Amino acid sequence: MTTITAPTISQRTLLDGIRKIASSYLLRRLAKALFSIWLVTTITFFVIRAMPGSAVDVLMQELTAQGVSPEDARNQAAALMNIDLDQPLASQYLEYLGNVLRGDLGNSYRSAGKPVSKLIAQVLPWTLFSVGLALMITFILGIGLGAIMAYKRDTWIDHLLSNIAATLDAVSPYLIGLLAILLFGITWKLVPIMEMRGAMSSGMKPGFNTAFLVDIFKHVRVLLLVYVLSSIGSWMLQMKSNTVATLGEDYVTVARARGLTDVRILTAYVGRNATLPLFTRLATSVGFVVGGSVLLERLFTYQGVGFLLARSISDRDYPIMQGVFLVITISVIFANLLADYVYGWLDPRVHILGEEN
Amino acid sequence: MYMAGLTLVFIFWEKRIDMHHFYDFITGSWQEIVKTFKILSRNKMGLFGFTMTILIIFMSFGGPLIWPPETSANVAEINKGSSVQHWLGTDFQGQDNLRKVINGGKDIVVIALLTGILSMLIAVIVGSVSAFVGGRVDSILMEFVNIWLTIPKFPLLAVLATVLALKDVVMLSVLMAILDWPALARQVRSQVLSLKSREYIEAATMLDLGTPRIIFRELLPNMMSFIAISTIFEMTHAIYQQTGLVFLGIVPYSSSNWGVMISAAERRGVLFNPHAAWGILAPMAAIVLFQLALVSFARSLDEVFNPRLRTSV
Repeated sequence: MTTITAPTISQRTLLDGIRKIASSYLLRRLAKALFSIWLVTTITFFVIRAMPGSAVDVLMQELTAQGVSPEDARNQAAALMNIDLDQPLASQYLEYLGNVLRGDLGNSYRSAGKPVSKLIAQVLPWTLFSVGLALMITFILGIGLGAIMAYKRDTWIDHLLSNIAATLDAVSPYLIGLLAILLFGITWKLVPIMEMRGAMSSGMKPGFNTAFLVDIFKHVRVLLLVYVLSSIGSWMLQMKSNTVATLGEDYVTVARARGLTDVRILTAYVGRNATLPLFTRLATSVGFVVGGSVLLERLFTYQGVGFLLARSISDRDYPIMQGVFLVITISVIFANLLADYVYGWLDPRVHILGEEN
Repeated sequence: MYMAGLTLVFIFWEKRIDMHHFYDFITGSWQEIVKTFKILSRNKMGLFGFTMTILIIFMSFGGPLIWPPETSANVAEINKGSSVQHWLGTDFQGQDNLRKVINGGKDIVVIALLTGILSMLIAVIVGSVSAFVGGRVDSILMEFVNIWLTIPKFPLLAVLATVLALKDVVMLSVLMAILDWPALARQVRSQVLSLKSREYIEAATMLDLGTPRIIFRELLPNMMSFIAISTIFEMTHAIYQQTGLVFLGIVPYSSSNWGVMISAAERRGVLFNPHAAWGILAPMAAIVLFQLALVSFARSLDEVFNPRLRTSV
C-alpha cells in the first residue's frame, strides 16, 4: 500500500469505530446509568438544600433549639453537610456534585466528625455479601421450582407450590422477618437469635479462613432465609408462566418429534428460553431487595448499609442519610448495568436491535 | 407530568368534548363491573378475597363506632394469652388486642386506597397519552420511566418522608403515589398500545369517532379489569411501604394503627417474650390477611379476564 491511501483508510475506520461506539448497546446503557446517578444526586441535593424544610434548615433549627446561636448553627450545619451556604444555589449545587464525585459525603452529625464515606465503607461489604448471595440463591431456586411447577402443572405439587408462591409474594418482607424471629428464635428455639446480632461475632478477625466463613454464615443465615422467602414467590410464578409459554412453542414440539431426551429438551430448548426474560427482572429485583434491606437489617441488627440508613433516620443524622441513600442507589444502578450487560451477552438479539435503532 | 396533562387537555379542547363521553364511560364501565361480578361469583379464591377485603374495610370504618379504643392501660391484664374475654389476648399495656386491631385498620385502608387510586390516575393519564401521542413524547416519557425504575424506591421514600416530616395520611399517600406511578404508567402504555391495534378500535378510528370517544367509550372500559388489578397490587405495595415507614419510626406515632402496634411491640421487646407473642401476631395477621385478600382478589380478576390463564396454567 502507498503512503497516500493509508491515512484515509485509518480515518474511515476511526469514524466507523466512533459511530459503532456511539451506537453500542453497552455504551448507551452506561450513559443511561450515569444519567440516573446524576438524577439521584440532584434529588438528594434538593432534599438536603434547595427544598423548603430541607435537611440543612432542619439541622439549623435543631442546633438552635439546643442553645447554639443562629450564626453558629448555620456554620455548623454547613460544615457537617459540606456546603457553603454563602454562595448562590447554582454554585452550591456544582460544588456538591464535585464533592460527590470525589467521594466526599460530609461528616456525621451524631458521632462527631466521622466522615460519612468511611462509615459507609465499613458496612457496605456486608450488604453486598448478604444481598448478592440471597439474590443468587433466590434466582436459582426460583427457576428450578418454577420449571417443576410448569412441568407438573395441574397436579397437587403445582397447586401447592403456586399457592405458597402467591402467598409469599403478597406478604411484606419485614413481616416474614418478624415471623422468622418469632418462630425460629423464640417459639422453636432453633437458632440463638440474640447471639446472631451483628454481621460477625466480636473479636473475630476478618480473613479467608474456615472459622471466619462459618461465623459470618451463622450470622447471616436467618436474614438470608428471609430474603429468599420474601422474593422467591414472584420468580417462581414468572418462571412457571414463561416455561408454560415456551413448552407450547413449535421448536419444542419438533425437538420432541426428533426423539431428543427430556433432559436435553429441558436444558437446551425450554430452560434457556424461559430463563432469558428473567434476567431483565433481576435488575428490578436488586432494587427491591436492597430497599427491603433497610427494614430487615434493622430487624436483625445486621450491620449493613440498610442498618446504617435505619439508624441515621431514627437519629435524624442527615449527612449519613443522604450519603447512604446515594451509595445504595448508585450500587443498585451499577447492578442494573451489570444485569443489562449479562443480558446483552446472553441474548445477542438485544445488541442487533439496539444497533439497528 | 405537567406536559402530559396539558397534552390531554389540548386533545379534549380540540375535539370539543362534551359530557356524554363521560356518561358513556360510566355506563360502559358499569356494565363491565356487573359482568365481572357474575363471573367472579364462580371463582372461590376471588370471592374469598373480595368478601374479605370488603369486610376489612367495613370493620375498619364501622368498628371504631361500635367498639371505640380503650383509653387507659390495664395493669392487671398485661401480656395475657387468648381467653374468652380477650379472644386475641392482651398487649403490653393490658389492652385487648382484638379491639386494637379493629380500631387500627382505618389509616392502613385509607392510605392503601388513596395511594392505589392516585398513582393509577397519574399512570393512566401519562401512559395513555404516551401511547396515543407516540413519537418523541412517548420515547422521552418511557426513557424517564425506565430510569426512574432503577432507583430503589423504599430508601428514597424513607429519606423523603423523614426530611419532609409528613403530618397526615393524605400527604403520605401523595408522596407514595408520586414515587410509584412510573412502573404502572409503563404497563398502562403497553396495554393501550396492544388494545389500539385491535379491530374494534381500528374500526372506531376509521369511523372517525374522535379520540375522546375512543378513549372513554372503547378503550378505558375494556381496560377496567387491568386498571383494577394494577390498583390492587399497588395497594398491597402501599401497605408494605407504609407499615415499613412506621417500623422505622418515620411516620408519626399519634394514631394507633396495625403498623404502630407492631412497631411499639417490637420496641418493647415483645418479640423475645413468648407470653406476649399475641401482641405482635394479631396486627401482623391483620396486615397479612388484608394483603392476601387483596392479592387473591386481584389474581382471580386476572383469571376472569384472561381466559388463556384459566385453561393453560
